[in-house]
Amino acid sequence: MLRIDWQAKAPAPQSSIAATKAGPTRASAADQGVRPTNRRRLRRFSGLVVHSCSKVGQTLSSANRAFFATALLSALTLAAQSTNELRFCLRGDPKTFNPLLVEDENSETVLYLTGGVLVRLNRYTQELEGELATKWKVSENGRRIDFELRPNVQFSDGTPFSCEDVVFTVRQLMDPALHSPQGDTFRSANGPTEAKCTGPSSVMVRFPGPVAALAAHFDQVGIMSVRSAHKEAAVLGPFTVAEYKPGTYLLLHRNPNYWKRDSNGKQLPYLDSLRLDIQQNRELELLRFRRGELDIVNKLDPEMYDRLNTEMPRAVVDAGPSLDWEVVFFNQVSSAPLPEYKRRWFRSDEFRRAISDAINREDICRVVYRGHARPAAGPVSVSNRFWLNAALTPPSYSVNSAEARLARDGFHRSGDALLDRDGHKVEFSMITNSGNKLHERMLAFIQQDLSKLGIQLNVVTLDFPSLIERISRSYNYESVLMAFANIDLDPSDQMNIWLSSGPNHQWNPSQKTPETIWEAEIDKLMQAQAAAQDMKQRKAAFDKVQEIIAEKAPMLFLVNPNALSAVSTNLKNVTPALLRPQIYWNAERLSIGNKYVSQR
Amino acid sequence: MKLRLRLKPSRTAQNIALVVLFLVALASLLAGFIAPSPYAEQFRDAISAPPSARFLLGTDDLGRDRFARLLYGTRVSLLLAPAAALLSTFLAALIGGLAGYLGGRWERYVTAGIDLFLSLPWLFLLLAARALLPLNTSPITSVAITFLLLGCLGWASPARIIRAGTRTLVNSDYLLQARASGISGARLFWRHLLPNLRPILLAQFWISVPVFILSEANLGLLGLGVSEPLPSWGALLRELENYTAVLQNPWMLAPVALLVIVVGCLQVALRTEDQIPC
Amino acid sequence: MPAAIFRQLRRILLTALLGGLLGATLVRLGPGFGVDERELDNRLSQESRQAIQAEHARDSNIAMFYVRYLSGLIHGDLGFSRSLNRPVSQLLKERLPLTLGSLAYGVLGGVSIGLALALLTACWRVPGSDIAPAFLAGACLALPAAVIALLFLWMNVPGRWAIALVVFPHVYRYSKNLLVATYQSPHVLAAQAKGLSNSRILFAHVFAPAAPQLAALVGISVSLAFGASIPIEVISDAPGVGQLAWKAAMDRDLPLLVNITVLVALMTLVANSLADLALAAWRPDVSRETA
Repeated sequence: MLRIDWQAKAPAPQSSIAATKAGPTRASAADQGVRPTNRRRLRRFSGLVVHSCSKVGQTLSSANRAFFATALLSALTLAAQSTNELRFCLRGDPKTFNPLLVEDENSETVLYLTGGVLVRLNRYTQELEGELATKWKVSENGRRIDFELRPNVQFSDGTPFSCEDVVFTVRQLMDPALHSPQGDTFRSANGPTEAKCTGPSSVMVRFPGPVAALAAHFDQVGIMSVRSAHKEAAVLGPFTVAEYKPGTYLLLHRNPNYWKRDSNGKQLPYLDSLRLDIQQNRELELLRFRRGELDIVNKLDPEMYDRLNTEMPRAVVDAGPSLDWEVVFFNQVSSAPLPEYKRRWFRSDEFRRAISDAINREDICRVVYRGHARPAAGPVSVSNRFWLNAALTPPSYSVNSAEARLARDGFHRSGDALLDRDGHKVEFSMITNSGNKLHERMLAFIQQDLSKLGIQLNVVTLDFPSLIERISRSYNYESVLMAFANIDLDPSDQMNIWLSSGPNHQWNPSQKTPETIWEAEIDKLMQAQAAAQDMKQRKAAFDKVQEIIAEKAPMLFLVNPNALSAVSTNLKNVTPALLRPQIYWNAERLSIGNKYVSQR
Repeated sequence: MKLRLRLKPSRTAQNIALVVLFLVALASLLAGFIAPSPYAEQFRDAISAPPSARFLLGTDDLGRDRFARLLYGTRVSLLLAPAAALLSTFLAALIGGLAGYLGGRWERYVTAGIDLFLSLPWLFLLLAARALLPLNTSPITSVAITFLLLGCLGWASPARIIRAGTRTLVNSDYLLQARASGISGARLFWRHLLPNLRPILLAQFWISVPVFILSEANLGLLGLGVSEPLPSWGALLRELENYTAVLQNPWMLAPVALLVIVVGCLQVALRTEDQIPC
Repeated sequence: MPAAIFRQLRRILLTALLGGLLGATLVRLGPGFGVDERELDNRLSQESRQAIQAEHARDSNIAMFYVRYLSGLIHGDLGFSRSLNRPVSQLLKERLPLTLGSLAYGVLGGVSIGLALALLTACWRVPGSDIAPAFLAGACLALPAAVIALLFLWMNVPGRWAIALVVFPHVYRYSKNLLVATYQSPHVLAAQAKGLSNSRILFAHVFAPAAPQLAALVGISVSLAFGASIPIEVISDAPGVGQLAWKAAMDRDLPLLVNITVLVALMTLVANSLADLALAAWRPDVSRETA
């Protein structure tokens, strides 16, 4: 077990788990709302219990008295074993604790809870708020940003926070040898990045090229200390990593030097600790939640949501359509090992639109997602209020419209089968990642829907590395059903998807020059929105991109699944948001409401 | 001279077992006539429906008739799993038997080879097989290749036991007498040695059938196995991983109940001797 | 004797290392090797992608990889796991005790239950007494290991007993057939006719001839148990080597896979060698015949 004692130089923590188990006698207990009147009531109640016990004891035999005393002692001990610890699960071990190298979801969770950032996107209001920076200003057409830093802030080990820490962090972030994914979001052009202190508590950063939504990107940059010997371990966020047992759990303790306070001046966070158990099995996670061993279940699937809803309706949360995509796309790569007639099908706008029209999105939402999804019109979810092109609507399910489109493209029926203009039977495969029950069901639905057009769809589930190899290396596939998880609202993060030269331009990546007119148009519009600073201009450009995508359907957007979670009713100050992390985005303000929970 | 076991089988239990197996096989072969609906049809207005006159075992979460899927799935699995089991049993008998029969250095090499075979991550061979197969392979070809691979990979464990059994028989009196009579090595091996390993070979066959049925389902995770919409027993059994759904819909246990009955009857039917009193 | 043991140990080690090389080759030739899901991250620049690909390309020459691995092994360095970002030796050190414990429970439990039931059915006088154990064993074979593991979790029973349930049908069926066949041998009938006690017949005249096969059965139970431990550890989220093996396979983590292959080969070889040694001690006549 790796025990990290990062608080060696810091004052002893005000609270610990051991102290918590002893009962609510600490200052924090009072701060969390156990008011003095409640303490008097508690004393009176205890006295009443003792008095009652003595009366009962007088009437019992000695053996029964002993039994009763033992039982009572256990009950009182249990009752006194209150805990202020939030418990939920990570799906795997975090790969790194270095805030600049975070790529996997588990490390992102740790970064969110422990990392201090200059600005934070409020997941609920979707507005940018100052954290370690009180003010910021973007200038030079999105190349430069100046921050005014919050004074009197310390790292968790007591090291003072200053502009030099920001400069150090930015230099590390933009070091080409580090290959930081967060750093790459700022790398819109080649050249050095300049970062320097412009005052005792102000700092300036200048990037080689304009960066769209420059300030918002700093939400992902955890500031590191230049002075502290602990480096990654010295943090500015509400919690610090206290214990890590690989494969089993990660324990976070409250940061005793956290700068944030509530409106009453009380230091945050309210919680003493967070225990993140490492658990991949969703069934087991749900079982533990139902037993009261966990407080949150993130990303519930629809079936589990419904199951839980019948037993614990107050515990489930449906925050509405998330930003995630479920898409189908066809292989349009010129060098792909496909028969020419199939390549012709997949490159035909009418063919793709016909497939789109033939897929019953409403049924997928109703049956596969059990009503917890919404048909998608394009790459922007209805929850992304600002960026959504409200003029677009999801394609309506219509076999007639699909048949008309296919007829225009030279397809015709022969018995039960659909043939193309050269007489080839329309049969192709669709692959997806295995182990995902929702995808397997969606494939079965799509297979059934397309059979009404006479199309034979062969469905194959593959393990993830085999799938990635086919879609990004060998291009040995025909069509794919995939899910994309979107964290950010801003489409500037999707440049590598929409630019024809982008490596994630899934249907035909890394083109030297755009192979179609509409892809050239999308390139122009995406670059325009990335360069512009005026939000209205950016939105107008991206609205047009959405229109082209709807018309040309390079990716068929099927549904936006809802953000489903489960939250214990013991947890207070919960305000579910659509953006991740949906439940604990305000972890510093969460608290355990009923402190006397016997299951703990 | 063959060593004959004196057999006095009680036929009642075996007859019942054989009748049950025959009925199951017949039902699966006549699935097209018995099943009230096609196995792939999705009744989207009757999702996860309970058993009724229309759907004898209810519907699954895509609205497909469970009874029809069970019948067709039985056909696929009952046909191919025993074939794969026969193949693995044959390979185990050949390799394990030869190792024990030849003895000496050959036995040591083959035994080490068997142990090595048991340790290798054959998952990657299966992945490579999937990579080599075209994505548009017909479901029946894909499932036949799957069971062929399972048969080729499932021989190693029993081969060790067969090798051990062969060693004890190789210097038995009857074999010595056969050698002395001038019977050649190959005939000795096939006609006098292997038949006396029948108890182990039958055990191997009996175990392999359900193991291969389940393995086929796991191979679905790698893109092999039976692909949609063709049902298989293994895929039906994987539904049991949703345990709370099973508790609410106990008819989901029908496939596993049928498999247990088939496997149990298979063992009883393959029993070739009576109970021996202590 | 020490020379024979030394030869045996050398054989085990060489075979295990050969197993590692073959395993590495299988992984290298399998699809999906060298790809990284980080490549799907649309934030990454071209240089970062190339750096990721270069990391993987280092292991693409399997011969060079294995030479590097062996030279590291001599110094106690088992390599670095890319998927978990930690040294392999640390990972194995953390996880091995749990898996070894589960395997011990699984093998002992499975063999005990299987043998006990086989003895009961081989000895019981009541006709049809093998039907219930047959159906019980059939039920355990028919249920996927993942379902057994889930059932145990639901009942709050440790997952290691699920391994025993997976192993026992194999042990039961083989040993039952063996024991029944042995009971029907002429020498046993003769011993019964001569009035020897049941226990003497069982130990001296039934177990003895069946010993080689029973020993082999115990030996293969170890590899059966390890095979079962993978889905059971994955389902029950037990941080053992089985779970690690599955994760390594899904992530194509070559250093981890090679080490696990060598480890499994060592366990299988040692288990089977121990079974052979036990047989040699009990039936030196059989062992001498094959020496």
